[in-house]
Amino acid sequence: MKGENFENQAIIENVSRRNMLKGVATAGGLVVAAQFLPGVAMADGSQAFQYKTGAGGMPGGVVWDPHVFVSVATDGTVSIVTHRSEMGTGSHTSLPMAVADEMEADWSRVKVVQAPGDEQKYGNQDTDGSRSIRHFIQPMRACGAAARQMLEMAAALQWSVPNTEVRAENHQVVHVPSGRKIGYGELAKTAAGLPTPRLNTITLKDPSEFRYIGKGEVKIYDLHDITVGKAMYAQDIRPEGTSYAVIARPPVVLGRAKSWDAAAAMKVPGVLKVFEIPPTPMPAKFAPLGGVAVIAKNTYAAIKGREALNVKWDDGPNADYDSDTFKQQMAETSRKPGKMERNEGDVDKALAGAAKVIDREYYIPHGHHATMEPPAATCRIVDGKPEVWACVQSPGGTRGDVAKLLGVPEDHVTVHVTLLGGGFGRKSKCDFAQEAALCSKEMGGQPVKVIWTREDDIQHGFYHSVSYQHVTAGLDENNNVVAWRHRSVSPSLMSNFMPDPKRESALELGLGLIDTPFDVPNLRLETGTAPAKTRIGWFRSVNNIPHAFAMQSMVAEIAAETGRDQKDFLLELIGPARIVDPRKDTSQPLWNYGDPFSTYPIDTGRLRAVIERVAQEAQWGKRSLPKGHALGIAAHRSFLTYVATVVEVGVDENGNVTVPRVDTAIDCGFCVNPERVRSQIEGAAVMALTISKYTNITFKNGRVQQHNFNDYRVLRIGEGAMDVRTHIMPHGIETPSSGVGEPGVPPFSPAFFNALYNATGKRIRELPLGDQLQA
Amino acid sequence: MRVTVNNQVQSYDGDPQMPLMWYLRDELGLTGTKFGCGIGLCGACSVHVDGKVVRSCVTAMSDVSDHKVTTIEGLSPDGNHPVQKAWRQYSVPQCGYCQAGQIMQAAGFLNQNPKPSDEDIHSAMAGNICRCGCYERIFTAVKTASQEV
Ligand code: FES
Ligand code: FES
Repeated sequence: MKGENFENQAIIENVSRRNMLKGVATAGGLVVAAQFLPGVAMADGSQAFQYKTGAGGMPGGVVWDPHVFVSVATDGTVSIVTHRSEMGTGSHTSLPMAVADEMEADWSRVKVVQAPGDEQKYGNQDTDGSRSIRHFIQPMRACGAAARQMLEMAAALQWSVPNTEVRAENHQVVHVPSGRKIGYGELAKTAAGLPTPRLNTITLKDPSEFRYIGKGEVKIYDLHDITVGKAMYAQDIRPEGTSYAVIARPPVVLGRAKSWDAAAAMKVPGVLKVFEIPPTPMPAKFAPLGGVAVIAKNTYAAIKGREALNVKWDDGPNADYDSDTFKQQMAETSRKPGKMERNEGDVDKALAGAAKVIDREYYIPHGHHATMEPPAATCRIVDGKPEVWACVQSPGGTRGDVAKLLGVPEDHVTVHVTLLGGGFGRKSKCDFAQEAALCSKEMGGQPVKVIWTREDDIQHGFYHSVSYQHVTAGLDENNNVVAWRHRSVSPSLMSNFMPDPKRESALELGLGLIDTPFDVPNLRLETGTAPAKTRIGWFRSVNNIPHAFAMQSMVAEIAAETGRDQKDFLLELIGPARIVDPRKDTSQPLWNYGDPFSTYPIDTGRLRAVIERVAQEAQWGKRSLPKGHALGIAAHRSFLTYVATVVEVGVDENGNVTVPRVDTAIDCGFCVNPERVRSQIEGAAVMALTISKYTNITFKNGRVQQHNFNDYRVLRIGEGAMDVRTHIMPHGIETPSSGVGEPGVPPFSPAFFNALYNATGKRIRELPLGDQLQA
Repeated sequence: MRVTVNNQVQSYDGDPQMPLMWYLRDELGLTGTKFGCGIGLCGACSVHVDGKVVRSCVTAMSDVSDHKVTTIEGLSPDGNHPVQKAWRQYSVPQCGYCQAGQIMQAAGFLNQNPKPSDEDIHSAMAGNICRCGCYERIFTAVKTASQEV
């Protein structure tokens, strides 16, 4: 990987899907596949794409053609395709709403249609990396505007008047001189026959004319269905004749079944078939773990059949994975010099000459997504053509993987995307869809639904990586920080895609470490080695969680050591408003979330501004608090968005912790749907409080020690974060929109523990909190 | 055995130990009742049996013989139960997967306790997990609905 230029690319996608991309045509017909499109647009003098993003570098790139995304029925119903997956972030609403707004469609007459996996047709569909708005707000606006212009043109043709005399307005076109009006339904046929306007002829609306964009007044599209039980998730799919499968998977990754009692399982009434799925050697990408599958007439019979299997396992090379031992090994690694990743000045010299050295170590264990809907997928194969229904964040990749697995051409595979009952990164990995394909094949193409139970989900995940963070700061006699050394040790998720690099890749460093924004003359970031002994996945905000926890805890530790206020010292360490450009000082090209640095630089002015805003909103230093309560603050840039959080904790005499109030300021550039931004920040606080208090996946003898919500606890109502106040920094449309789904998570834990320190004097350096206050 | 589901009488002759949840989902196709944990810890599978909330994943078919089961699909003929309305008013859901269970829990609970305190709401809803973290809005919606039922 070293030496390759990853600017403008999404590393995972390109490493894992490089082969698939070979031979993909980039343009044809009406579909403008736009690997090169933003550049072309600007060369054309078009205003449709005002700034560059990395969207074109993703598999499938960008498509904005209204012939692909929009159709108008003769009754006036406007159907808008959503090519992204809905997992709770608002994808079904926010982008279609932008199309509707630009095309002057009335939202109450809009139907949102979920696209199947087809990236040649729709552009990139990977719903992760907090990318949907970031990469598609411009193309979807252009799409809506183009549709509007086509409807206007259709009206002009029908009336035989010049284009300049007509204007689209709320689902109809008006002939301005005469006041004549014609509804979209009546224009549908003519408009559909028109060519897509050239990009440089597309005129976007002036933001002052927006009906929906930026307002946050549109209800989420699936709201009614969800509240009446009609919303369909992958667990709910059951085509005619579906049978149900559960799989006994190896408890240790790369293990294999030695023996099993198929006859006993077949004796369970309703069981139809038992068969083995072999494991795939690493790097296995998202191939199934293997195991023994039991297919039955209903889920209950399949579960009973699996219980009767009595599988004996050959555990394989990961049987020695033990979380306690591994933690010690990582700790030792972090105490030795590592591989330089970013270097400015001379840290060793500065530390040697420092008046005071503060040295701290932080530990963050494995975590798991535990999406409320456990993974599930259904597949049937008709005439050699697989049809899959799955709750995947990656329908395009799923299509390619299923095709490869079954040895059929990709265009023979249909992947229907259901609603996702939570995603958080887990459902970017389509192992469960591949399992369904194997089961259906085994059943002669009959539809089979593979269901993961909660235990399956918790024990066979793609885990948030375990990590050890070692930060050393040197202070001069005036308590100025003159040296900052941060060593990060963590198994890499790249181990799914390539021989295990045993250290964080450029992508993982890009997740909140390489862009360390501190104004310190001697700064050195290093990685240490740690092998992957299980499947490492990405979990909402990924390595930003450990990186932010360590950095922002350390800031508060230095503040405490030197008697300064957390917020003041944080601002001081960040230093003046400027662009931090680490590109000349890194060992490998900077990964800026796959987007151009020119569009999304590291801007400490914006980081400072969210800190100042949140401090003001939370009345930092001024709020009167009950006994045992205190505030803590932290800030972090992730997914090109700046977030600062103030957490209030309350601790009673028994060490019980509550979180009565959370204030979060977010700068995500232009905010397309403030209502869903708020709900993401509320959800991020709850999830991050779970991470802070409970999240801990541990391994012994290679096996996950947790099973269900009894020993893998998640936050329940009333436990805290019930009053989350979101403060959105105002920006016009010209400020590039950045990520929202993930950035709320990273600063929460350090803010929480900084508050806990202020309330109790106790510094917690290992996640989760558990009963450390009682200890 | 016979069981009434959303006012329709059904006959069942399968394994009496089968959890009601799988019967509703796999046999009747009433997939509004969700599978979340299977052991009574998350509330996604909540339904009403004779008006009281139960976790259908830990309720055997034999337990509902000759009883009346109501699922989210049958909670209100027009989908406008005060709890459902409050849920829409506050745009409670994110992914939505837990929400049918949350709504059934809230509706059953408000039936028993129409004027709950804040603490009552917390403890009544504490068995229902929302991994997306919609708790603040769930609380607000339950409180609002309680002023209406
Ligand atoms: S599925 Fe029944 S309580 Fe979780
Ligand atoms: S809305 Fe997703 S689990 Fe509750």
